Amino acid sequence: MSSRALVFIIPIIVIAIFWMMARREARRKPDPTRKGFFERNGVVLGTVFVLLVGFWTLFLVALPYLYMVVESFHPALPPMKRGGPDDVLTTAQYASFLVNPINDSINWLHMGALLFSIIASIAVTALNFAICYPLAYYMAQAGTAQKVRLLMLGLIVPYWVNEILRAFSLRLLLASKGLINQALMGLGITDAPIDFLGNNTGLYVGLSYAYLLVMMFPLYNAIESLDKNQVEAARDLGAPWWRIHWDVVIPYAKPGIASGCTMVFMLSVGSLAAPQFLGGPRTLWFTAVIYDFFFQSFNWPRGAAYAFIMLVVCIALVLGMLRLFKVSLGEAIR
Amino acid sequence: MSSKAIMKGMIGFYILLFFGYLFGPLLVMGVTAFNTPGYPQAYPFEAFTLDWFVKLYNHRNMMDGLKNSIVIGIGVVAISVPVGLAASIIMSQIYHRARGLYYLITISPLLTPGVIIGISTVIFWRDVLSVTDVTRGLFYKGIVLTILGQASFISAYCLLIFMARLTRFDRAQEEAALDLGATYPQVFWHILLPFLKPAVVSAIVIGFLTSFENYNTTTFAILADKTLVTVLAGEVRQGTTPALSALAVIIIGISIIGAISYEVVKRQEQNRAERAQRQAILAERGEIAATA
Repeated sequence: MSSRALVFIIPIIVIAIFWMMARREARRKPDPTRKGFFERNGVVLGTVFVLLVGFWTLFLVALPYLYMVVESFHPALPPMKRGGPDDVLTTAQYASFLVNPINDSINWLHMGALLFSIIASIAVTALNFAICYPLAYYMAQAGTAQKVRLLMLGLIVPYWVNEILRAFSLRLLLASKGLINQALMGLGITDAPIDFLGNNTGLYVGLSYAYLLVMMFPLYNAIESLDKNQVEAARDLGAPWWRIHWDVVIPYAKPGIASGCTMVFMLSVGSLAAPQFLGGPRTLWFTAVIYDFFFQSFNWPRGAAYAFIMLVVCIALVLGMLRLFKVSLGEAIR
Repeated sequence: MSSKAIMKGMIGFYILLFFGYLFGPLLVMGVTAFNTPGYPQAYPFEAFTLDWFVKLYNHRNMMDGLKNSIVIGIGVVAISVPVGLAASIIMSQIYHRARGLYYLITISPLLTPGVIIGISTVIFWRDVLSVTDVTRGLFYKGIVLTILGQASFISAYCLLIFMARLTRFDRAQEEAALDLGATYPQVFWHILLPFLKPAVVSAIVIGFLTSFENYNTTTFAILADKTLVTVLAGEVRQGTTPALSALAVIIIGISIIGAISYEVVKRQEQNRAERAQRQAILAERGEIAATA
């Protein structure tokens, strides 16, 4: 129990450190015009603010995350044995990601699933950027206000339909008896239906479809603030259209591009619905592996360890990419 | 001249393709909701029917799920909107050295995959609530855990909405009120809160919709209970029925009505603002003329 109790002490220590730093600073450089927090907001309101935010940041965010990490360093035990002598700290759950504990062979299955999820998500991110960039540019720079509002509305309406039903609609379209196969066979392009779901076309389309808006809005916001005169100037100086985009628009919109790509990538790796409903029968998405540890084998610590591995790998990848393209994290998550 | 026309044609074609991609699947699904075959089929269209809507209405699980979804949505909004508001105010007042960490913690639920939020919520609250049998019996339930899990990231959405509005707040208003003898709590209730009202409304709407739609966090946190979305997921996994298409038709119908009425309200507001501005300019001119 001690390692789990430790989780509760960490935030107390962090808060205490900042508290003492603030006190020391106040004593060193007294500022009579500065008001204390409770003076500033009133005792009642100030207390309510602190309680609300304290509950959220501690009990809904920081503590559950830390607790999950600690849990992943424990063995999977039946409820009766938890907190008993068998409940020791162990890295076995992490080791099981590399080496399968059942037959001591390298765990290609799970490592492959993580790799596949990441590569497919990168592909989906690139695809969405390619699809969204022209429309984002058109709306931000070329379209009239009236047209832009209409296009915006057209973008938002489909996203009121939830993720599951959108995946369902794509399945209807792409199934072997679906409209696309009917059309292809009707036109005589193919004789037998193409298995779009089995060959993962459905998966890529589904992921791209699900996160189109997540790419669109950061791109639009970034390009919108670009001064139209800059594009004009480049055009007057004789730059071809692709150089205008490559040398003027894209460098300017880099933080927006970074933020759109980061969000699409993270959402796509962590998605559950599209791989479940549109992936082929042999396709294993990493979240599905985690899902099975929770609901099939009831091995929560191992599921937690896998979730943590996924989070760390993804964040490392995103930070690496941001550094490569020289964008700061602050710009990207604004 | 002709190259410009080609360019225009290409842009039009691209926009057509884009929105075809966006709406095509939904349209096809919409057609299957009114077609008779038991396997959702858009072509050939055999006969018009409304049976699938009746089937949908009689679907017990879905109606139970819908009720739970609404309860969860209300619970999440009740937590997230006040939390987001308080968090946005603390953001501007927190000790400056702690602001970086505070920002990171408040924004981290937006970058964390929903699956992980769901898992961490269940693992943490299972043990916390198991401290006594009473709390475990009362609160270790799917609905409660789902509210807590969803509130963790929806509060962050609300925070961003409030922060965006607060940047446009004119500090002079606050100073004027203070100079006139108002206390800080009075400033909050009579000046800041009315100013934030539009943000409160959008936080409520966006919070509720996000909660209603959520799947990733909910599948883990919901335990043995169900929401509309988890029931839907179960149905889609088992097979396909046009009743699901019927549900989508209802949702799309509601959203189109919502979008149109939003557009109408917005346009009216804009007209009113323009008229007020015109009148203000006229009035000013009149005054200048009067003093001259």
